[in-house]
Amino acid sequence: MKMSRERLLGNLRGSNAIERVRNYGIVVSFLAIFIVLSLTSRVFLSSQNLIDILDESAQVGIMACGGTLVFIAGGFDLSIGATFALAGMIAAEAAVGHVDPLAALVLGVCVGIGVGTVNALLTTVGRINAFITTIATQFIFYGVASVITGGLLVTVTNRSFTTIGRGAVGGFTYQVIAWIAFALICGFVLSRTSVGRYIYATGGNIEAARLSGVRVGLIRGATFVVSGFSAALAGVLSVSRTATGEPTADMGIELTVIASIVIGGTSIYGGEGAIWRTMLGVLLLTLIGNGFNLLNLDPTYQEVFQGIVILAAVAVDAWARRSKT
Amino acid sequence: MTSTAIAEPETHLAAIQVTKTFPGTQALRDVSVRVSRGSIHGLVGENGAGKSTLGRIMAGAAAPDAGTIWLNGHPVRFTGLRDALQQGVALIGQEPSVVMARSVEFNVFLGAESTTWGVLNARELRARYRELSDFTGFGLRPEAIVSSLRPADLQKVQAMRALARKASFIVMDEASASLGSSEVERLLSTVRRLRDLGTTIVYISHSLREVLAIADHVTVLRDGEVVREGRAADETPDSLLTAMLGQAPQATYPARTGTNTLGESVCSVEHLTRPGLIHDVTFEIRAGEILGLAGLVGSGRSEVARAIFRADRVRSGTVVVAGRRLTGSSPRDAIRAGVSLIPESRKTLGLILDQSIVQNVTLPHLRSVARMGIVRRRFETRHVRQLVERLGVRHSGLARPVRTLSGGNQQRTLFAKWLFRSPRLLIADEPTRGVDLGARRAIYDLIVGLAATGMAVLLISSDTEEVLGLASRVLVMREGRVVLEVAGDRATEEVVLRAALGVDSTGGDTHEDVA
Repeated sequence: MKMSRERLLGNLRGSNAIERVRNYGIVVSFLAIFIVLSLTSRVFLSSQNLIDILDESAQVGIMACGGTLVFIAGGFDLSIGATFALAGMIAAEAAVGHVDPLAALVLGVCVGIGVGTVNALLTTVGRINAFITTIATQFIFYGVASVITGGLLVTVTNRSFTTIGRGAVGGFTYQVIAWIAFALICGFVLSRTSVGRYIYATGGNIEAARLSGVRVGLIRGATFVVSGFSAALAGVLSVSRTATGEPTADMGIELTVIASIVIGGTSIYGGEGAIWRTMLGVLLLTLIGNGFNLLNLDPTYQEVFQGIVILAAVAVDAWARRSKT
Repeated sequence: MTSTAIAEPETHLAAIQVTKTFPGTQALRDVSVRVSRGSIHGLVGENGAGKSTLGRIMAGAAAPDAGTIWLNGHPVRFTGLRDALQQGVALIGQEPSVVMARSVEFNVFLGAESTTWGVLNARELRARYRELSDFTGFGLRPEAIVSSLRPADLQKVQAMRALARKASFIVMDEASASLGSSEVERLLSTVRRLRDLGTTIVYISHSLREVLAIADHVTVLRDGEVVREGRAADETPDSLLTAMLGQAPQATYPARTGTNTLGESVCSVEHLTRPGLIHDVTFEIRAGEILGLAGLVGSGRSEVARAIFRADRVRSGTVVVAGRRLTGSSPRDAIRAGVSLIPESRKTLGLILDQSIVQNVTLPHLRSVARMGIVRRRFETRHVRQLVERLGVRHSGLARPVRTLSGGNQQRTLFAKWLFRSPRLLIADEPTRGVDLGARRAIYDLIVGLAATGMAVLLISSDTEEVLGLASRVLVMREGRVVLEVAGDRATEEVVLRAALGVDSTGGDTHEDVA
């Protein structure tokens, strides 16, 4: 008797409409936009356009993988835009200074790991709020990037510097391949490994996780390091594509990244989310831009539309939470 | 209780035939209390006797399931604390509800500021404050920041806030709970002063000494019923204690088998000290033993558990588990040594409510579930299913979030989490809190069964009867110290309660200062 009542309650709760929108909203909206574009534009389904969409999403996608880990572990990283710029600048500067082009790019990625470690230490050992910490370090990283170049553009003339950013295999650019590989690794770690469980536990209830023997500081810190790495990887790919380092290039990219994560349904409060969700979120934002282009819509409305999509995603998350308690 | 008594002008507030049920427990059963105008009315009882619930109902913080509150001879139905306050009834809770970073004056008039077109009228506020300050004679500086006040003065701020709203009836719930004994004296004089100004006070406390020192009338609650009431002058600590104890209802506890065949020492705790919380605590637990830790809420029991588990840092003292001294400063070390802690709050400390049963159960044991860092999910699910079945967790799927389980099943899931790999020492802090009667018996059976297999168990409970029913040896704590150790079969509720309250057997009062 009690059993059946409990099961009924469980099912009712599981079938809560808002929670369902939150769980599958990203899939539905992605498919909806995809289908609408397939029907309204002949160019959309061409393989060139689809490959372009992937290529355009790659850098944000790579950063969003790291960002998703940080979010799920209960942290927040606003400094990824600055890390993106700083890593690119340092790689470009090194290449101009006659460092081997490949080594220069690797150096840029290492800078990202270092920068992520700084964020990790400040938020875990230093116990400073992650939001505030990364706002502050963002200024510092941008500042350092400007200091290194004296605020000027850095143009790399060595051709081999751009092989990675511009190269492609079987139609797929290296950065798309890097993105897919990185996303698969992050997704696997999150869903299949002990470390993944620890990340979810830390973000879900940090005190319960600590009392279960999880090294919560180490776990949360590690997500910041991965986030720094992924931002730097994206930054290096970007500068390798353009052959130009510019401190203010792609300003605000961190907001696109965070928006993608949130649209996918990863909770800004930690403990919930998934890489595949974020990837759909990234693609959804790119699709919107692509659609405005293909359908010749006034691009000024694009940002308004994107803003509404983000707001809807966050609102659904908040309501789903409230209906649970 | 006659209706004429309710209508008499000297009756300020009366709760008549009040009943209140919470899931799993009946908090109040047909309780009637009449509080005289301008008096201090003490409410005493053991943990969980229903005194706080009654106070909260009087002040509108909770609604009774049945029964009526009469205020000034009229039946009232408060819709909430605000509503009660508008009708002159205020509640001062155990945790001070003040804005620590703001001034005394800010707090006193919070929500009742004098304004002109929405702009604060500073001069009028100050004038009102002076008037109130003169009236009470509390002598707090209006500009003083609340966080800089002495602990006992927080109650003054809250009392002034109540008076500023014209409250004439104040319920004080365990107002002295976080105070040292010199501060308690200050608090008591504040309460007397309020009464002398004509305010009616309901003073809820588990300190018999305090209640007898200030109350005019006393009501004793036990298991949600009024068991004694009268003039405080006619009562002694002994008479109140006897009433609090009463005839213990015959609850069923599993028979203890093989408790006299104790194994070797599993855990020994020496001179554990955490300033202000636990003081020089020393004991030993042996294999197969259930050691009970009794005492009032706040006596340091949970702190001892957390110290053994390395959840908090201690200043001094050692914990040795299975011959190895725990040196690390995180629960990881304790878990590796074979200690499990079922914490007092399953929802905030024990479980991750939005995650699945499987994820919760194996979280501390992923090393034994994973191979090369990759979780063997089938293996994991199979083992969790077996364990969960053995413990009788009723669920609608192991992948469902723990949030969807009932309280009793959540508690069993928590046991599953900490029994997944058999620990040497199981610490259970309030294992039956919020668990209904049927599920409770199952947990008792489980604990006794575990001890029979040679596990050492440290059982902490506010329910003295529960401790006595299960433990083979009982330690009683008061104010951070172990004040009594008795064998389980020789301990009685009275002995334990006397030690916990600090009332010695000659009827005197052994209140000590640990400030």
